[in-house]
Amino acid sequence: MVTVVFVLARSAPGDPVLMLVSPTASASEIASTRTRLGLDAPIAVQYARWTRGVLHGDFGTSIATGRSVRALLADALPVSLFLGGVSLLLSFVIGVAIGSVQARRAGTRSDLGLTMATTAIAAAPAFWLALGLIAVFTYGAARLGFPAPLRLPAFGLHAPSGAPSGIGWLADLLRHSVLPVGVLTAIGAAGIARYARSALLDVVGTDAIRAARGRGLTGARLAGHVLRIALPGLMVLFALALPGTIAGSVFVESVFAWPGMGRAMTTAILARDIPVVLGATVLYGAAVIAANLLADLALPLADPRLRRDES
Amino acid sequence: MTTAAPTRISTRVAVAVVVIASLASMIAPLVGARAPAAIGDVVGARLLAPFSHDPAGGFHLFGTDRLGRDLLARTLLAGRVSLAVGIAGALLAGALGTVVGAVAGWRRGVPDRLLMALTDALLAIPRLVLLLLCVALWEPSLRTVVIVLAATGWMGVARLTRAEVVAARGRPYVDAARALGARARRTLWRHVLPNALGPALVATAMGVGSAIMLEAGLSFLGLGVQPPAASWGNMIAAGRDVVVTAPWVSLVPGLAVVIVTMCATIIGDAVRDRLAGKRPLAAQRTRIVTTSRGPAVN
Repeated sequence: MVTVVFVLARSAPGDPVLMLVSPTASASEIASTRTRLGLDAPIAVQYARWTRGVLHGDFGTSIATGRSVRALLADALPVSLFLGGVSLLLSFVIGVAIGSVQARRAGTRSDLGLTMATTAIAAAPAFWLALGLIAVFTYGAARLGFPAPLRLPAFGLHAPSGAPSGIGWLADLLRHSVLPVGVLTAIGAAGIARYARSALLDVVGTDAIRAARGRGLTGARLAGHVLRIALPGLMVLFALALPGTIAGSVFVESVFAWPGMGRAMTTAILARDIPVVLGATVLYGAAVIAANLLADLALPLADPRLRRDES
Repeated sequence: MTTAAPTRISTRVAVAVVVIASLASMIAPLVGARAPAAIGDVVGARLLAPFSHDPAGGFHLFGTDRLGRDLLARTLLAGRVSLAVGIAGALLAGALGTVVGAVAGWRRGVPDRLLMALTDALLAIPRLVLLLLCVALWEPSLRTVVIVLAATGWMGVARLTRAEVVAARGRPYVDAARALGARARRTLWRHVLPNALGPALVATAMGVGSAIMLEAGLSFLGLGVQPPAASWGNMIAAGRDVVVTAPWVSLVPGLAVVIVTMCATIIGDAVRDRLAGKRPLAAQRTRIVTTSRGPAVN
């Protein structure tokens, strides 16, 4: 993956050095900048340097800001982890809940209505939903006469005049989180509900559930059996939902001006700050690989058939 | 699984909507009385609400944007770009994935291992991040967006096709074709591939919706289709500053994205159900695993 990212990056037209130096710079100034950035070395040497750096946790230096990419991303990462983690967790819980309701009432009008609703929300661009919520809850709230708790801030993590720490700080953070997390959760939950519905319906059709019904199980206990059998599939879904959450968070961070990874990446793209873009890409890829690995490792816990024989 | 009747109705509605939307955006800019891109009386006609008349007497069903351009006309014009980019991107990705998967599955050995290593490496990066990386490196333009959509969307199709080709190459009809003297290339293209195309087709159909959505996202960030050319994404971005005073400016193109993407999803689901029939649980699960990157991306 690291190799692919590097090859893609270096195959690009557009010279970062020319973006960096002033337009009136002489040829020798350009050359010295190039040397300082190490961009004059043969491509194989650049590749070796960069790969070695990445393996040591060193992603190079941001061309536009002069900071180390690692420090830059380290500042941004917690914001994105918070946004993505909370949203992913909430959307999983809500999505599976909606999917179970639908599976229980499969074929009824409420099932069809929920299917339409989840399909529509899953089809909505995150940035568009975000704009709509800002229009209603931030700017529209006062005009529409919403009570104070529903007048939500739309930009940044904290109010500029907020408390520096303690309960006030936390409350302020939570208030600023409602809209961004809400957007990501709505879209994530809609997508997960669509899969959860069909996964649960597949389980409902199995002999195990027919047998459980035959033993007279109903209601919550039957639902427990269904969920237990569907659990491995749902766990895989959890890992699979991550790329979507990441994509959504890029837009949400952009609209709500959250200083996270997505915003760092889009800002870097506009500035052609390639080391930052590469670093963010590698980090995102690592997150997805880690999630898949976790799912693979956790699967045998949920599905005894996948456990190796003790012998 | 799903009940048959409502699904079939919603599929028909979805097909109808997509056909009407495509026809409208192809024809409307040709026959429209106003030139959708022309800027006339900016002061008098800017940010008119839906269902209003401008000073010159023109009626605006969806209102106007801040340069006084009719939103309906512009949304249809943008639909040309967005639909074309989405469909072209998905088709190119599907074709590329089919070729890669077919070659890998047919040749096996070293080419197979190399191609699949590349596929897996690219699959590990979320598609949007990969897209952003690509547009960061090339100049943003219509052509770039299509190429980049194809370059980042083929991996799922490739894996599906490879699996089908590997399964098909051991079948008796392949032996029969060989026994009749067909060369390897002919056997692959005429005998194996047509039988292995089903899942690739589904993944490609599913890809249209996500391609439209990704184009909108890139254009929203200013990295896709560049103004003054209209696309749904950059129209939403244009409405960003006036979302309070004139919410319709971003509402209308956004609804267009939602409706078309939703219809593409419904059609993709229908194609899958039609082709899959009732598959065993295990097969369905692997299919979810390999194609879910498509519709989940947004």
